[in-house]
Amino acid sequence: MRTRPSWLKMSLAGLASITVVAALSVSVRAAEVKVAVAANFTDAVKEIGALFDKATGHTAIFSFGPTGGLYNQITQAAPFEVFLSADQATPAKAITEGHAVQGTAFTYATGKLVLYSKADGLTLGEVALKEGKFTKIAIANPKTAPYGTAAVEVMQKIGVYEALKGKIVEGNNIAQTFQFVDTANAEVGFIAFAQVALKRGGSRWVVPANMHKTIAQDAVLLKTGANNEAAKAFIAFLKGPEARKIIEKYGYGFAD
Amino acid sequence: MGELNLAQLWSPIRLTIELAFITTILLLIVGTPIAWWLARSKARWKEAVATVVAMPLVLPPTVLGFYLLLMLGPNGPGGSIAGLYGARTLAFTFTGLVIGSVIYSMPFVVQPIRNAFEAFGDRPLEVAATLRASPWDTFWSVAVPLARPGFLTGAILGFAHTIGEFGVILMIGGNIPGQTKVLSVAIYDYVETQQWTEAHILSGGMVVFSFAVILATMMLGRRYGQSGR
Repeated sequence: MRTRPSWLKMSLAGLASITVVAALSVSVRAAEVKVAVAANFTDAVKEIGALFDKATGHTAIFSFGPTGGLYNQITQAAPFEVFLSADQATPAKAITEGHAVQGTAFTYATGKLVLYSKADGLTLGEVALKEGKFTKIAIANPKTAPYGTAAVEVMQKIGVYEALKGKIVEGNNIAQTFQFVDTANAEVGFIAFAQVALKRGGSRWVVPANMHKTIAQDAVLLKTGANNEAAKAFIAFLKGPEARKIIEKYGYGFAD
Repeated sequence: MGELNLAQLWSPIRLTIELAFITTILLLIVGTPIAWWLARSKARWKEAVATVVAMPLVLPPTVLGFYLLLMLGPNGPGGSIAGLYGARTLAFTFTGLVIGSVIYSMPFVVQPIRNAFEAFGDRPLEVAATLRASPWDTFWSVAVPLARPGFLTGAILGFAHTIGEFGVILMIGGNIPGQTKVLSVAIYDYVETQQWTEAHILSGGMVVFSFAVILATMMLGRRYGQSGR
């Protein structure tokens, strides 16, 4: 058998070296930033991340979870550099406990709570909650998830919390809560509006903002990221107009 | 920091023991005929069945939890069963956890019993048959006593494995105190809310428990292993 034409080998080698050079030249400027993100912001931050990567050449890597769980990992030296919490208390705590950089906390979004059902054509609202014609209502764990706390506040405000207590099932975070409702294991559930903002179908009641404390979601620069250009760039990007447009699209509001 | 609430700590412990107890009984009932068949059958496809039984050893709990959530739900068979008594889903119920646990811990019970059934070979059964013992009688007065160490090991492992179950329950349980909030989920909650005293008490207890269980199975193995089968 004849050996393969040498031009093929040469061009392959050439291609490889170009790739290596390209990779090297990018890595001179571009850096990685590891971001811990509260579960409710998952869809929005993925979209923001894609734009961020394109605009800056940096790479944002996201880890999703419940706010409390992520913070625990941060206290045990998790490699996150930016923390997007679902509340204000946890980033504040991160600063006082020495895990985050003083003065970097800011509200990147305010969350909307929605009562949602997978079934079409239901009229959800105070009346539906009072009638309680469902066997299970899903909420996020109110001890760890701000959307869960808000859900409890709403039920208390309407005066149905005690009555509904036996029907409550808790998701470990807002993503799991949505799972319970999306698989119709729970007929209704309080979830983040962002989770269904871009979805069609189902029935929903956007809870008026005055029925619970504002779900202000703060971000903070962690000490591990204090010297990382990409981390600072990500925070700047999150405050910028492109990110805000996406945040708005997912149904979040802003503090200002 | 609130003061320690012992009742709050006790509820998941009791629930977990109940779950493990019921699961173990069911596993012995369901697992024994399976183990017997796997040990005695000459069917070519029996190893395929054995594989299905053993699969929870390898599958991540998230896979089981995901499928169980769908199976137990209103669009799955679990929902139909729940419909018989007016409910919509078996998820978020103690029954649902028992179903999940039986599947999840099955290999831990079936395997030791099967091994024990295989260990004593055909001879004792043939002897019993020549003495005109019925198959049923042979099973109870020959096979089961001979396989006792296997039953013991299976029961202990099934019980212990159910006690330690976490991922599946997290996905199908809904964290309801007294119904689905088992020990491992309670610990997870305490850790997430930085209530580390409570987490330490329950976790420390689990460490001691696990030690005792594994030690017990090892000693059982030694005792029966040395005295011959």
